[in-house]
Amino acid sequence: MGDVTQKIELGTSVAAVPEAPRSPPMATIGPIAWLRANLFSSWLSTAVTLLLLYLVIRWAVGLVDWGIINAVWSVPNNQTQACRELKGTGACWAVITEKHRFILFGTYPYEEQWRPLISILIFIGLFIVSAMRRFWRKELALIWIAALSAIGILMWGGVFGMPYVPQERWGGLVITLILATFGLAFAFPLSILVALGRRSQLPAIKVLCVLYVELIRGVPLISLLFMASVMFPLFLPEGMNIDKLLRAQIAIILFAGAYLAEVVRGGLQALPKGQYEAADALGLSYWQKTGLIVLPQALRLVIPPLVNTFIGFFKDTSLVLIIGIFDLLTAGKTAIIEPAWQGFGVEVYLTVGAIYFVFCFAMSKYSQSLEAELNRHRRR
Amino acid sequence: MQGGAERETDLMQPFGLSLTRALTTAAIGFTLALPLAAQAQQQAQAPAAGSFVETIRNRGTLVCAVNTGLAGFAQPDSQGVWRGFDADYCRAYAVAILGDPNKVRFVPTTAQNRFTALQSGEVDVMARNTTWTLSRDTSLGLNFAAVNFYDGQGFMVKQSLGVKSAKELDGATICVQPGTTTEQNLTDWARSNNIRFTPVVIERVEEVVGAYASGRCDAYTTDVSGLAATRSAQPNPEEHVILPEVISKEPLAPAVRQGDPRFEDVVRWVHFALVSAEELGITQANVGQMMNDPRPEVQRLLGRNGDLGKMLGLDDAWAANVIKAIGNYGEVFQRNLTPLGIQRGPNALWTKGGLQYSPPFR
Repeated sequence: MGDVTQKIELGTSVAAVPEAPRSPPMATIGPIAWLRANLFSSWLSTAVTLLLLYLVIRWAVGLVDWGIINAVWSVPNNQTQACRELKGTGACWAVITEKHRFILFGTYPYEEQWRPLISILIFIGLFIVSAMRRFWRKELALIWIAALSAIGILMWGGVFGMPYVPQERWGGLVITLILATFGLAFAFPLSILVALGRRSQLPAIKVLCVLYVELIRGVPLISLLFMASVMFPLFLPEGMNIDKLLRAQIAIILFAGAYLAEVVRGGLQALPKGQYEAADALGLSYWQKTGLIVLPQALRLVIPPLVNTFIGFFKDTSLVLIIGIFDLLTAGKTAIIEPAWQGFGVEVYLTVGAIYFVFCFAMSKYSQSLEAELNRHRRR
Repeated sequence: MQGGAERETDLMQPFGLSLTRALTTAAIGFTLALPLAAQAQQQAQAPAAGSFVETIRNRGTLVCAVNTGLAGFAQPDSQGVWRGFDADYCRAYAVAILGDPNKVRFVPTTAQNRFTALQSGEVDVMARNTTWTLSRDTSLGLNFAAVNFYDGQGFMVKQSLGVKSAKELDGATICVQPGTTTEQNLTDWARSNNIRFTPVVIERVEEVVGAYASGRCDAYTTDVSGLAATRSAQPNPEEHVILPEVISKEPLAPAVRQGDPRFEDVVRWVHFALVSAEELGITQANVGQMMNDPRPEVQRLLGRNGDLGKMLGLDDAWAANVIKAIGNYGEVFQRNLTPLGIQRGPNALWTKGGLQYSPPFR
C-alpha cells in the first residue's frame, strides 16, 4: 500500500510541473479532433460526409414540412377535402385524430372505452413493476394474478354495473397486449419445462418434448392460427364454442413455448458440466439442483436470445388478422377502409409503428440493462 | 381497397374445396380415435328443423358473420359501430327474430375462416359478400338464402382514352390482381372475344390502383362494386368511366347452415320483404301510414291481414319492424353503396329493368 501511494505521489509531482491542470490540445482530443479523425480525414471522406449531411438535412426538412408544417391535424365531420388538397405535401394527422380510439380500442363499445384504456394502463404498470428488481419477490406472482383478473373483469364486465362486452368486440392495442403478455407469461414456464424435459434421462418425457418442439417449430405460426381458428372448431360438439381469442391465445402460447424452449436449452447446454457435478456432489435433489444451480445460471446466459424471441412474438401477434381478430395493426388497417379516409395509410402505419416501437425498444433497452446487471460478476 | 376484398369471394373457392377435403380426411381420422368426432359429424347435419329460431330467441342475440372491413358492405366506423349493406342485413335479421336491431353480435371473419365460423355454429348467419356458387352450396354444408347483391367483373378506363366498350380494349394494357378468378375471367373473356392485351399483374390493391391511376395501364379490372368504390376515391371521379360490359357473375348472398329450413326461410324472406317494400313504396318514414294502406299485398306484408308472420314462426309485424329499423332495399342500398358511386344496375327492381324480384307475399 505504501509503495502505491509513493508511486502516485511521484507521478503527480512529475506531471504537475505547471500548477493549473492543463487540458490536452484541441487537435488530439474533444469533438473537433473526433470530427477531424472520423469524418474529415481525407478529401474522399470529407466529400462523403458533406454529401450525407446534405441528404440528411434535406430529408429532415422534408419530414418536418410533411409531418408538422403542412400537416392537417383535424377536419370537421369526416370532410377530408382539406387533406386531399395537400396532394401528399403534408401529413393528414386528422385520420389519427378521428380514428385513434378505433385504432386503440377497436369495436369496443364507445361509451365503455375507458375500460380497455385502464386495462392498457394496468398492463404497462405491471410491466414496470415486474421490471424493477426490488419487486422480485414471491408477492409479484400475486400482483400478476390480481392485475390479470382486474383486466379480465374490466374487459368482460357484467359485474359492478359494467355492461357485459363479448370478446369479439375487443380490439386494438389491448388485444395485442393481451396476446403478447398472456402468451409469453404462459409460454416461458412451459418452455423451461420442455427444455428440461428434452435433456431428461427419461425416454418418454424426452420423446414427448422433442416431438412437441419439432412439430410446432416445423409449421408457421399462421398455420397454427388457422388450425386453431378453422379446423379445431369442427371437432367440437355442436353448441360448444371455445372463444376465438382463447384459441388464438393457446396457439400463440404453444408456438412461443417451442421457440423459447430451444433458447432455454441453449443456456442449459452452455453451462459447464462441473456445475451439474458439483450440485450432485452436494447431494442436491434434481429440482434443487435445477432451481438453485442450473436455471439461474442458464437463464442469465440466454437473456439476449430470450428478449429477441419476446420482441419477435410481440410483433407476431399481429398475424391474428388472418382469423379476424382486431389487434392493433388490423384495427389500424380497418380504420382506413372507410371511403372518406382511404389513402391515408402512411399516417396510420407510422402511428401504429411508433406504438410497436415504444414497446419493443423498451424491452430491448431493459434487457440490455438487465444483462449488464446480472452478468456483472463475469466482467471482473 | 374494395376490389381486393371483394375478390376474396372467389379466391376462396378452390381453398374451400380443398379445405373440405382435408377436413373430411381429418374427420375420418379422428372418428377412429375420438368419440368426439361422432359429435363433429352430427353437427354437419345441424339442429332439428324449426328449433334454431327458438335458440336465437332464447339466447337473446343473433350472431352474424361480416367482413373484417369492406367499404360499403361492412366496416366499423370511428366509434366502432358496424356500418354497411351486410351489417344492415344482420340488423334486419335481428329485428325480424328478436324485434331489436341492436340485439346482434357482429363477428368479423376473413375469407379463410368464414365458412368454418358458420359450420361450427360460431355464428348463426353469414352476411359477408360471399359469391353463391354450386360447389359452395353443395360441399360446404351451408345454404345460400337469397341474392342480395348482384356483382360482376367489369373494366374501368380513363375518360380521356375515349373507349366506350370493353370490346375496344384490343391491344390495351390491363391492371389486374393475381391469384384470383379475376385474372382467369379476364383471360377467358379476351380469348373468346379475340382481344389481345398485356396484363400488369400486381398483388396489392393499393398498388394496382396506383398503377392504374399513374397511367401504367389503360384499364383496371375487378368487380364492379370495387371499381365504383375505387372511382369514387379518385381525386376526379368524373375522369374515369366504368365500361358497360360485365364479364362474370358474382351473386352475393347471405348463407346459413344446412338443415334448418325454418331459419333459412326467415333469412330469405327478410330480403324479399325489403325488396317488396321498395316495390310497394313502403319506406322507413312512411311505414306507419302504410299500415292503413288498402292494398292487400301491403296489408299482408305489414301483418295487418293474414298470418304470414306466424307461418315463418315470427310475429305478424316482423316486416313492418324491419322496415322501421333499416328501411327498404332501396334505402339500404342508398345509405351504404350509393355514396361509393355504386349504381343500382342489375340490383334495380325488376320493374325497373333490374334483377331484384321478390316472390309474392301471400
